[in-house]
Amino acid sequence: MTDQPRKELVVSAIENGTVIDHIPSANVFQVMKILGLDKTENQVLFGTNLISRKYGSKGIIKVRNQFFEDREINKISLVAPNATLIVIKDFNIVEKRQVQVPDKIESMVKCFNPKCITNHEAIPTRFKVVDKEDLRLLCHYCEKITKKENVQFI
Amino acid sequence: MKNRSLVSITDFSREEYLQILDRAVEFEKNPNQRILQGKVVATLFFEPSTRTRLSFESAVNRLGGRVIGFSDASSSSTSKGESLKDTILTVSNYSDLIVMRHPIEGSARWASEVASVPVINAGDGANQHPTQCLLDLYTIRQTQGTLENLNIVFVGDLKYGRTVHSLVQALTNFNATFHFVSPTELKLPSSVKIYIKEKKLEYYQYTDINEAIQKADILYMTRIQRERFSDVMEYERVKNSYILNADMLNGTKNNLRILHPLPRVNEISTDVDSSPKAYYFQQALNGVFVRQALMASILGL
Ligand SMILES: [Zn+2]
Repeated sequence: MTDQPRKELVVSAIENGTVIDHIPSANVFQVMKILGLDKTENQVLFGTNLISRKYGSKGIIKVRNQFFEDREINKISLVAPNATLIVIKDFNIVEKRQVQVPDKIESMVKCFNPKCITNHEAIPTRFKVVDKEDLRLLCHYCEKITKKENVQFI
Repeated sequence: MKNRSLVSITDFSREEYLQILDRAVEFEKNPNQRILQGKVVATLFFEPSTRTRLSFESAVNRLGGRVIGFSDASSSSTSKGESLKDTILTVSNYSDLIVMRHPIEGSARWASEVASVPVINAGDGANQHPTQCLLDLYTIRQTQGTLENLNIVFVGDLKYGRTVHSLVQALTNFNATFHFVSPTELKLPSSVKIYIKEKKLEYYQYTDINEAIQKADILYMTRIQRERFSDVMEYERVKNSYILNADMLNGTKNNLRILHPLPRVNEISTDVDSSPKAYYFQQALNGVFVRQALMASILGL
């Protein structure tokens, strides 16, 4: 490999905080909403339609002074299955990890079945993830499957 | 099983089902046992189902218990806009056990999470109806002497028929071989076939009932409804192909018994009724015994 000059960062670096990389461009705002970044008081920088060697186009989010639990960050796997989480301290990368599709999804996705009780009474939805690759969610209540293409966020 | 709810057929284990069936044999021999004396069972029918309700209420009465409740939503406070949660919380205070039928899917699971007493699901929309499944298992064992290694032929609407789905799920615990006869549009959904594949059991699919009927130990008939078809012409074309008549029973196994969850419309001709292989009316009667056994087990009596 030849030694390439370091390219200028499209979205500027942060001293302390979290970078979420490899988000599909179209889902950057969805990710912000899922993580509550639309309401945070911390500084949030983001970019969409950036060039990615792996995926063609990508989005990125940087949050100053905020760190996420696995349980929290894994929620975004539904809209950003290939996302990478990078933890920055003093401008250094101290941790890098992939998001994982969780085994259970609660209070996040609507059940696709219009006749499901969760669409009739104020009940937090609960799903078991029965297929992580192709994303198939089994409703704890009506026992019907909500497929990837039918996922709607609450 | 004590104090546990029964919402879905997967809630209890194979052994627990067998215990209930054994207990039901005792109630069949002696249906009047006043072991529920002093107990109150609430039967909450948010949609009418006279057959199921009477079967439960008869079971409670034969056990000496009392019944409170309603037989359709218009006579409950739901018609005034009360949430299911509030209704269940209230009824929990007045009863030792709740039997519930509701048109909304998943309502029974929700009720079982809210209630302070156990809940028996008597049907939640198109989802589950586990006591129908119990009585089917009881009837199959009664007629065949065993639940193991049987050839079960299911005929009719296998896509939407919840009794078929639950029974298939339950029978995968007993090494059954499955034969599914239906119009192409109403084939068994893959979400149910998963259970068969998990247990590595054999299943075969047909569109012609005559190809499967000779193999059957149990022939489980269901109704095909016009509204299930996207194409009315298709319904007209197939509707008569899934009607059982007495001639079709020629050459079938001696131990064959014909079951149907009832009510039937025309999918079994009345000339079948007098055949010794017709068993659907006895099947319905078994509902009382298995419901007695289930309620006694859940109440720990
Ligand atoms: Zn649901």
